[in-house]
Amino acid sequence: MSTLAHVFEDVGIATIVLASMADVAKKVGPPRVLACEFPLGRPLGKPGDAAFQHQVLRQAFNLLEADNPIFEHFPEVVESDEMPMACPLPPRDDPNAPPAVDEARGLISAYRRAVERKGVTAVGRAIEPEQIPAALDALHQWAQGAAWKDVELPGKNTVAVCHDIRSYYLEAALELVGDLAPGSRSFDAWFYEVTEAGKTILEARRSLKTQEAPFPFWFYMVAGHLE
Amino acid sequence: MTEDRAATRGDDAMRALAATMDAPEFTSTSFNKLGKPLSECRVAIVTSASLHRPDQDRFTQGDTGFRAFDRNDRNLIMGHWSPNFDHSGFHLDLNVVYPIDRLEELAADGVIGEVAPRHFAFAGNQPDTVSEIRLDTGPQCAAQLNADAVDVVLLTPV
Repeated sequence: MSTLAHVFEDVGIATIVLASMADVAKKVGPPRVLACEFPLGRPLGKPGDAAFQHQVLRQAFNLLEADNPIFEHFPEVVESDEMPMACPLPPRDDPNAPPAVDEARGLISAYRRAVERKGVTAVGRAIEPEQIPAALDALHQWAQGAAWKDVELPGKNTVAVCHDIRSYYLEAALELVGDLAPGSRSFDAWFYEVTEAGKTILEARRSLKTQEAPFPFWFYMVAGHLE
Repeated sequence: MTEDRAATRGDDAMRALAATMDAPEFTSTSFNKLGKPLSECRVAIVTSASLHRPDQDRFTQGDTGFRAFDRNDRNLIMGHWSPNFDHSGFHLDLNVVYPIDRLEELAADGVIGEVAPRHFAFAGNQPDTVSEIRLDTGPQCAAQLNADAVDVVLLTPV
């Protein structure tokens, strides 16, 4: 972002960077920075809070009045919410299926309602929604210790498939909790700590690491700080 | 309890990691002072959230390009490849990443002159040198902003 500010200023356009990583913005040094200590992924701070977003924008646009490069901090910090969101999960339906597979099948109605309501979905980078259970089945086998070369993952690209599974759960979960909007890391906490899918992905990743599968094949399946 | 759970402190970990990474260096800083009041300026948003419409090409891993969309588009997908930040906020309210409705309100109130006809998205996860963006796709996007007579760009990261 800060790099683009330099590029745009070079052709005569005035720029303002909302920076979520103040240290990086300081190094790159674009001419106008409003550093905001908000949850990563939420550069305007608070979803659904137009008044707060306007506060951020007002301070950002005020930087245009400065006669020289300027770096300011937005005074209010928005903390991450790390507690798992409260979202119901479907009961076991098929005791013979791996728990994550059964769980994902049970969420399909909520997922479809979400897509119907929003008109768009982030699922589809590597697999279609109907392939989510099959992908979780392959991940389950890896998690159980199957050799990574012996099990074919639908969609093949582990990073993209895990993105699709996470997006499927996110869209279904937001549909199920309605107006109880989760905090910034509440979905992640719920997904990795509570859902069978999240636990299966983490276990599969540990197994791939132990098997010494190529680093890019497993590392980026989940956030880098997760073990 | 929070400190004991494995899935916590993701933002802290990412900020600590980013602070240790190489960043592109610029020997000079271009700085354009506005030649007219903000209330007469045309404003565009450029985000690094890899936003795209469903009918546009998805962002690939390591995509150095950008996508343009219309000021009226709201059916946008966040196509960012990083699993290291929250995606739920965008699903709840796209303005928390791409404050297009807020810009329209500021234009209606006369705070800014006009909302630009097009807005742009890049992918935030770039190689350390970001040389393609500096030398190729960034200048291409700048040319399109100039073609749209944009005075001010607000850059929003994820």
